[in-house]
Amino acid sequence: MTYTRITRDGLWDNNVVFAQMLALCPLLAVTGSATNGLGMGLATTAVLIGSNMLISALRHFISAEVRIPVYIVFIATLVTLVDMSLNAWAHDLYKVLGLFIALIVVNCAILGRAEAFASKNAVLSSAIDGLMMGLGFTFALVLLGSVREILGSGTLFAQAHLLLGESFAFLETTLIPNYKGYLLMILPPGGFLALGFLLAGKRVLDRRLAERTAAINAAPVSA
Amino acid sequence: MNLESLRDKLGYQGALLAVAALITTAALAVASRATGPAIAAAEAHDLQQSLSQVLPGSFDNDLLKDTVLLPGPDGEVTVYRARRAGKVEAVVFQVVGKGYAGRIVCMMGVDKDGHVLGVRVIKHAETPGLGDKIEPAKADWIHAFEGKFLGDPPAEKFAVKKDGGVFDQFAGATITPRAVVKAVKGGLEFFSHEKARLLDEAAASTMAIRGD
Repeated sequence: MTYTRITRDGLWDNNVVFAQMLALCPLLAVTGSATNGLGMGLATTAVLIGSNMLISALRHFISAEVRIPVYIVFIATLVTLVDMSLNAWAHDLYKVLGLFIALIVVNCAILGRAEAFASKNAVLSSAIDGLMMGLGFTFALVLLGSVREILGSGTLFAQAHLLLGESFAFLETTLIPNYKGYLLMILPPGGFLALGFLLAGKRVLDRRLAERTAAINAAPVSA
Repeated sequence: MNLESLRDKLGYQGALLAVAALITTAALAVASRATGPAIAAAEAHDLQQSLSQVLPGSFDNDLLKDTVLLPGPDGEVTVYRARRAGKVEAVVFQVVGKGYAGRIVCMMGVDKDGHVLGVRVIKHAETPGLGDKIEPAKADWIHAFEGKFLGDPPAEKFAVKKDGGVFDQFAGATITPRAVVKAVKGGLEFFSHEKARLLDEAAASTMAIRGD
């Protein structure tokens, strides 16, 4: 499997949310704002890279019969380690992300990548797969968070400085001043609605692209 | 015997699980020891910060060490005492309100005459965009308590406007501010009830006083 293929799969073709439809629980829980989505996405990416590398490195020792409990123990440990180190050495970041980190354990996408990719591929490919799947997930979270935040409260990247530091305060924009807010979009049902429209949008986009490729391939024959 | 054939043996499965559990537990134990002091220090720093937010002015003692434990409205309350020249000038303690989505934990500072110095919500799970206006980062609402005491407003007016009181509620969210107002009122009642013991000069030690 080439690295280009892995990258395309992770970011678009086999995107955790838009194609595999995994990890919907953390997705809907934290995407009330784009900033929260970004935080969750980055934390998940870090864990995903780590777990993919670890499981890939040990893939010859892990027997098929007990692989699932072994994966889960490794993933839970990794998440706990990240949780403890952030709490100890990056406490300000932890206060923003702390809530999300515990949620990563229940993220089925991580177990999914361990099972579907890391258990069959070399360490480097697995690391890249973890990175790309994580970035794809981050992309989905930020997109959904942005849509819900704009419709729900009229702002974008509110409180980004808490996550990224003061130098990123410029990201915080109020798109609709004096907006009363549309509460439904911030609550979980709004997450389902927005996700539904985004999924439909990706389908339409993919079909258009496929038709165009088909047309280009067909062109020399008719000429 | 190579790894391939060994992997299919029944005993290997159990051994693998045991080794995996052993390694991960060891890693967690090491990490817990390594991060423990730093986490405790960071949490103490957080507490110090939330104390200083509800306690304007300077005091000459270590609040974190000068505490008393008293029976409060909901369980025992740790009260931090701020002194100037040995006399208790103000106290800080936690109050808990029952919000729309669970507990709203607030830290409140009260001076020796029973005036509110400040209130900060330190933990809540209220609806983002509606109930979270109780955070000072989102709205100025929480500052409305500063300077208030039992008497101004009078006890029956210590409520949100919808209930005939003086404090604003938010459009679309009454339960949240109502809970915070009720918690602060409860805190002031706790203060006036326990005032003698809170400000007691004799109890200048750091020993916890058990309530009866």
